[in-house]
Amino acid sequence: MEKTLYTITVFSENTVGLLGQITIIFTRRALNIETLSVSPSAIKGIHKFTITLFTTQDVVEKVVKQIDKRIDILKSYYNTDDDLVHQEIALYKIATDNLLQQGSIEELIRKYHIRVLEMNADFVVLQKAGHYAETQQMFEELSETVGVLQFIRSGRVAITKSKVERLSDMLEGIKKYQN
Amino acid sequence: MKLTGAQALIESMMHEGVDTIFGYPGGAIMPTFDALYDYDKKVNHILTRHEQGATHAAQGYARVSGKVGVCLVTSGPAATNAITGIADAMLDSTPMVVITGQVGAALLGTDAFQEIDVVGISQPITKWAYQIRRAEDIAWAVARAFYIARSGRPGPVVLDITKNAQFQEIDFIYEPCTFIRSYIPTPEINPSQIELAAEIINSAKKPFALVGQGVVLSNAEVELKEFLEKADIPAAWTLLGASAMDTDFSLNKGFLGMHGNVGPNIMTNQCDVLIAIGMRFDDRVTGDLNHYAKQAKIVHLDIDSAELNKNVKADAPVHGSAKDTLPAISALLKPAKHTDWIAEFKQHDDREFEKVIDREVYPTSGEITMGEVIYKISEATGNKAVVVTDVGQHQMMATRYSKFSQTRSLITSGGLGTMGFGIPAAMGAKMGAPERTVIMFSGDGGFQMTIQELGTIMQEQIGVKMIILNNHFLGMVRQWQEMFFEERYSFTKMQNPDFVAIAKAYKIDGQNVSERSELDAAIADMLKDDKPYLLVVDVEMKGMVYPMMPAGAAVDNILLGE
Repeated sequence: MEKTLYTITVFSENTVGLLGQITIIFTRRALNIETLSVSPSAIKGIHKFTITLFTTQDVVEKVVKQIDKRIDILKSYYNTDDDLVHQEIALYKIATDNLLQQGSIEELIRKYHIRVLEMNADFVVLQKAGHYAETQQMFEELSETVGVLQFIRSGRVAITKSKVERLSDMLEGIKKYQN
Repeated sequence: MKLTGAQALIESMMHEGVDTIFGYPGGAIMPTFDALYDYDKKVNHILTRHEQGATHAAQGYARVSGKVGVCLVTSGPAATNAITGIADAMLDSTPMVVITGQVGAALLGTDAFQEIDVVGISQPITKWAYQIRRAEDIAWAVARAFYIARSGRPGPVVLDITKNAQFQEIDFIYEPCTFIRSYIPTPEINPSQIELAAEIINSAKKPFALVGQGVVLSNAEVELKEFLEKADIPAAWTLLGASAMDTDFSLNKGFLGMHGNVGPNIMTNQCDVLIAIGMRFDDRVTGDLNHYAKQAKIVHLDIDSAELNKNVKADAPVHGSAKDTLPAISALLKPAKHTDWIAEFKQHDDREFEKVIDREVYPTSGEITMGEVIYKISEATGNKAVVVTDVGQHQMMATRYSKFSQTRSLITSGGLGTMGFGIPAAMGAKMGAPERTVIMFSGDGGFQMTIQELGTIMQEQIGVKMIILNNHFLGMVRQWQEMFFEERYSFTKMQNPDFVAIAKAYKIDGQNVSERSELDAAIADMLKDDKPYLLVVDVEMKGMVYPMMPAGAAVDNILLGE
């Protein structure tokens, strides 16, 4: 079956050990997590996990249900890239000498929409936000030309295009169970 | 009220209605055992001989009573010993709370004496696992643990409590847990799912229902019967669904799966609508999924949405408790008669009787068979006993040849298939249903895996009736070696001790029978009173459990023996 890049979004209570509970579900099925990003959500006390992986729809459906089943998970769902506005951020550390030998970096900045975060006699740190392919292309170009001392890319963050806000709906929906 | 954490822990359990605890003391749980000393009038603590025994006993207690089974053990090796029972409870949806002691919070993460990451180890095999590090969290955590263990699809919960939390003094206030916002144990039923399911069932010419443990766990036995009777639907049970209907109920067509009855397995691939009720399409039931009920529309009722569409895609998934969904569907069913369809089971029943059952249950010569012992004991108990089994050939025989006339009457390790389950689970079952006769069937292999629990039976005078069907082999593995490994009996032959002498050393009465003519008298002797008893029966060494659907074969590909 065709493998696709899926983005799983998980909203959870902020309790110890939840990441472990989520990752063992992937481990059991020998699934590789491509990227993982965890942070507090817009609602106080609720954390958001964004996980990407290559798999089939059949598997991702089951994985999401298994995650959702854990007691402290509020809501878990999956999307393909079509449903999402998503972004990653990458940092590149380059030797200042090498960069200056290239002459002007204006072209590079315009081409990739780079921000310069730090610049000193020894090194320059560039930042680029974009999809994986975009940050990767810049990494490859810099590697071939000026060389990259350090490179780091964040996990994906994503927002759904849908009009349905699943966490709010879920929180609204469970009110009837509270008495 | 000022209490120590240890007292708060026990008071919390009192609030949850705990009357029986299976446990074993040790360093990190000593403050709690010390507090327990003052509660000997209120709670019955059973000292098992091994922590695995405590967990299986709690399972037996929970399965037979519907209450939450409770274990109290120490840290480190005690917790790891408890893991098998916890995993078993997870796979078989058994409500259980296991409390493990833990080193003091200041020592956590230092590889302290008897420190182990209990929460980390138990996370994949529990519904919830939590470490309590402060006394003020005890009441909250215990309330939550019991709520989670018993609600929705039940399961095991582990509470790991540090030693300092047991010593600390706190103001104790108990509030039961009734709601967790991230957890909806019993969802409201969805009318459109109910209507679709009813529509499919109403249009069926050849409906067939599969009855799982969900019916028992939700106490929906009556609702099941009404559902089946209204639309005249034949049904069969899974291993854990056994006894959800009476054996003699006219629409009960028997036992599903690898060693189940021929009719239900064949008819799975003949029916036009398959209605699965509180069961999870385990591979031991379905065989090859690519050849499983492909001709049928599937209606699947389950309380756990992760089970819907997991193994078998449902045309009508119905999410909810069988207690709610069955009557809702029944209300929309048109009364129907499927006389011709139901009559089709008979030819398969007849063939199975002729090829398998006659020889197994009613032999007139040769060595004693497993099936005849089980059938005779079932009859001698008026088919009213709680039947507990270990795992292996005798387990399948006990399920096939015991007859049941009330629910919660077969206590067996299904999902995990834990050898050693039998003795401790039978102890727990007897504690949970003291007025019932508890019969425990074991093989000579499994009996020796938790044989130390005879000590518990002696000390507590637990009146379990234990039967070893002794074939001097690890019989089920031997059967597979005979069938699939060219009779290469690799390490399955066993030299056994004198089991009756061992029982005698534990002051348990018993006898060994090897002649058919002695069997009836021995059974009568065993059942003459309510004391513990061990009956060892030498059965044929190379007995086989038939019918058999080989692992991975289609559900209608059934071997009946020579």
